[in-house]
Amino acid sequence: MKKIWAIFRKDLLIEFRTKDSLNSMLFFGIVVLIIFNFALESRPDSTRSAVPGILWVAFAFSGTLGLNRAFAAEKENSCLQGLLMIPVDRGVLYLGKMLAATVFMLIAEAVIFVFSLVFFNLTVWAEIPYLILVFLIGTLGFTAVGTLLSAVAVNTKLREILLPVILFPVVLPVLVNAVEATNIILNAHDYRALRLPLAIMSVFTIVFGTLSCLLFEHVLED
Amino acid sequence: MIEVRGISKYFGKLTALRDLNLTIRTGEFVALLGRNGAGKTTLLRILAGLSRPSSGTLRIQTAGKAGALAARGSIGYLSHNTSLYLDLTALENLRFYSKLMDLPAADKVLEEKIGQVGLAGREREPVRNYSRGMQQRLAIARAFLHHPDVLLLDEPFAGLDHAGSEFLKRYLLAARAQGKTCIMAIHDARLGYETADRLVVIEKGIAILDVPKRTLSFAEFQKEYERISSEQ
Repeated sequence: MKKIWAIFRKDLLIEFRTKDSLNSMLFFGIVVLIIFNFALESRPDSTRSAVPGILWVAFAFSGTLGLNRAFAAEKENSCLQGLLMIPVDRGVLYLGKMLAATVFMLIAEAVIFVFSLVFFNLTVWAEIPYLILVFLIGTLGFTAVGTLLSAVAVNTKLREILLPVILFPVVLPVLVNAVEATNIILNAHDYRALRLPLAIMSVFTIVFGTLSCLLFEHVLED
Repeated sequence: MIEVRGISKYFGKLTALRDLNLTIRTGEFVALLGRNGAGKTTLLRILAGLSRPSSGTLRIQTAGKAGALAARGSIGYLSHNTSLYLDLTALENLRFYSKLMDLPAADKVLEEKIGQVGLAGREREPVRNYSRGMQQRLAIARAFLHHPDVLLLDEPFAGLDHAGSEFLKRYLLAARAQGKTCIMAIHDARLGYETADRLVVIEKGIAILDVPKRTLSFAEFQKEYERISSEQ
């Protein structure tokens, strides 16, 4: 746990110093909101039903930008090589990187969500605890796969293009269920119906998180 | 002891190492010489566990526990890439690696290590502000933080000025005196001859010359090395 924390803390320290990931994630997420805001301006009655999809498009795209940076920073100066020489189970490296990617994505999501309240004129005080739960599980599912695939993509020439191409088909079940769960919270208000999408996302996160942790070692060797 | 038995490494159609056999005894200092693309770095990366051979076996006997993790713990790998985070300070870099290796990470201990590589007073500066030579000095502290028994060095003198080169030479000679096993890939035949006690020339993935330094003078070695290089 101490080692996972050390990797997470290092990533956090570098990010707060450089703001490489967060700035681009936030910028991109907010631009997505602005575009949809203009697109839906003429149909205010349908805005609320479109918000779950818009939010997760913004989260997924900005999250992909963050994941692209997660290992790009390790490639600079061959830092990844230094990490791989450390006598520690490589699953620890995966968990540390995943934790950092999750926190960066959650920070971006929080800011994007606040902007969405303004752009789409939403009032959601009562729904916030449920939304936090969905955002958390959805993000964990996204980064569980994304961290592994980011490590795969980083060794290729076209990493910025390759990551979304290989990531989105795999995380589709998470994104679909996250949109469904957010829609239930914002529009249907039948919280019992949340069980199924949350269960699917949780199972996905556990299964793919475990697989990714085990496969991480093989991904990093050439 | 390090035993390399019949190791080959292919990158698609390219053969980087071809059925390579090498036994390196504990405490030996081996210089790997050869042209660019001869397979020196590939061999070092396989020895470091950073790359998996396509075929063949590698055995690294360590004093402590058995297993891949223990072997990795007994190896220090230094290349011309420093593996330092440029946006962290020297102290933060060493603290990070120390924590991952369960080593003492107190500022005083780490400041002493930074001082030993000649960077006292610069501990709290971001590594990005360091010159190439200073970064390489810090990389030495990072790579050998855990006092490894085996030092793998890939062109460690690259980018170092005269003072830095002299410092590294002294450091390596001290490591040899302590009985550490050193394997160093190097282009400069004279530097390799001066520091090592065994010279291995690799060409096209094969060790074509493997001689103890004491058996030939530098002039003889250079003549032989040039002959091999011109033949290939």
